[in-house]
Amino acid sequence: MAYLSGKNLVASYDNSVPILNQCSIEVEKGELAVIVGPNGAGKSTAMKVLLGMLTASSGSVILAGKDISSLSVQKRISLGLAFVPQTDNVFPSMTVEENLEIGAFLRTDDISQTLAEVYDLFPVLHDRRNQLVGQLSGGQRQQAAFGRAMMTKPTVMLLDEPTAGVAPKVMDEIFSNILQIKKSDRAVLMVEQNARKALEIADRGFVLVSGRNEHTGTGKELLADPEVRRSFLGG
Amino acid sequence: MPELTDIMNSIVLLLNFVFLPALSYGSQLALGALAVTLVYAILRFANFAQGDTMAFATVITILITWLLQKADITPGFMPTALLALPLAVIACLLYVLMVDKFVYNYYRKQNSKPITIVMASVGVMFVTGGLVRFILGPEHHIFSDGPRFIITAREFKSMTGLAEGLAIKTSQLLTITIAILLVGFVFYFLQKTKTGKAMRAYSDNKDLALLSGIDPDRVVRVTWILVAVLTTIAGVLYGLDKGFMANSYHQLLLPCFAAVIVGGIGSPMGAIVGGFVISFSEMLLTYAYKKFLLYLLPEILQPSGLVQFLGTEYKFAVSFVILVIVLLLKPTGIFKGKVI
Repeated sequence: MAYLSGKNLVASYDNSVPILNQCSIEVEKGELAVIVGPNGAGKSTAMKVLLGMLTASSGSVILAGKDISSLSVQKRISLGLAFVPQTDNVFPSMTVEENLEIGAFLRTDDISQTLAEVYDLFPVLHDRRNQLVGQLSGGQRQQAAFGRAMMTKPTVMLLDEPTAGVAPKVMDEIFSNILQIKKSDRAVLMVEQNARKALEIADRGFVLVSGRNEHTGTGKELLADPEVRRSFLGG
Repeated sequence: MPELTDIMNSIVLLLNFVFLPALSYGSQLALGALAVTLVYAILRFANFAQGDTMAFATVITILITWLLQKADITPGFMPTALLALPLAVIACLLYVLMVDKFVYNYYRKQNSKPITIVMASVGVMFVTGGLVRFILGPEHHIFSDGPRFIITAREFKSMTGLAEGLAIKTSQLLTITIAILLVGFVFYFLQKTKTGKAMRAYSDNKDLALLSGIDPDRVVRVTWILVAVLTTIAGVLYGLDKGFMANSYHQLLLPCFAAVIVGGIGSPMGAIVGGFVISFSEMLLTYAYKKFLLYLLPEILQPSGLVQFLGTEYKFAVSFVILVIVLLLKPTGIFKGKVI
């Protein structure tokens, strides 16, 4: 059983047509899993269900062997889940350090150790810690967003399209940041539009179509699969 | 060339009739504007009830002051109203929390558009204004007691030997001192404390703040506490300076809003600067410069008229014109606030 897994998830908005149909996603610690697929396939919805922003009508979410399906977002975050939204994932008119402090808002213990770890992982954040996040470049802003999410000492990081709308050069920078986060023995699950690039670095890949698992495998297997290549990667 | 004493006299004249009054009026506006800007930044609506809430808090202060005076509890060296202030802050807080619970909370939970909440605040403004007139009527009340001046014009004249006097009113000194302390406290609170940072985070990105575990109800509550403190103190200081009248408090809304927009909506620093921009513009444009020029100009150039740009009855026009100019030329204001 993987560290975080969503099993046979069925979910819909406003009880209408289900967006997820028996969809299963799992990710192990120290692993990067990627959810790819066409628009409207339910990629972000799957992530919302794992986080608890949307409740599944059937299926279960298991974290470290414990069923967390009925817990609130807050509760799941305190159990080790962290989420980086696709847009508006920082507090632009606050400094880098304040962003990180707000990330640790619910913690009552000393956060200086975690702060040091984040600065260790992203040295540029340390250099700019007194600068407003709104003044940072796209890549640095994304690091601040990752850093904020890491302040709760999460074991699982959920990233919603972390490279949406950034320049190709910055995209590589963000992917290498994500690999670094993975190395710190965390489970990382991301939804990604740039399927080919994401699968190249992924340990696991899930190709969703209409809320179903169309293909599952390691990143390399999926990249080598002619059908996946033809339908999703443009040959 | 004018002589040195003439120059000194002209400077003292301006200090006495323009600078000091503008400084204390500006401090009062700044506190009111800070309350408006906090509500806008965190609760996301322009609070039209601000002026009348200031009146309500002042009415409570006046009632308590009268009680204290009747019981002969007066400090003597300062206005009795200052003793009444803490209780008035609590009364004002209870009032705004009640209004929030029964009015704004409903629209917040419905996720109403800001304009809907603004309209609700117009309703709160009328109800509060009615309540104020119901308790104290529309008349002018003077509730300051104790010594009126720190230094009178006559004392100043005999000390310096100048023809012009610089009078420092107790209310002016109180206003400026309290305003500095209070603004310092609010800024420290917002910048350095965990709750203050949570409020800024909530104002900056509400969804992410919720995701980070910030309790929205607490943020709303603390915002109203700050607003109650600022509103009560602004209202009482204004009243000590100029006396209380329900209608003139109601009309304070315009210069307060103008101050907020000039400074940049939602920016606390902008509200302070905006307050002084408005007060100094009002004073400088409605002052009659005749006497000032008599000191400085040679006889042949001396003016026959008052040399007043605008009559004092037009002082609200000054706020209004500044408001229009800022909205046309730099809608984000001095400190790059949000645009409505």
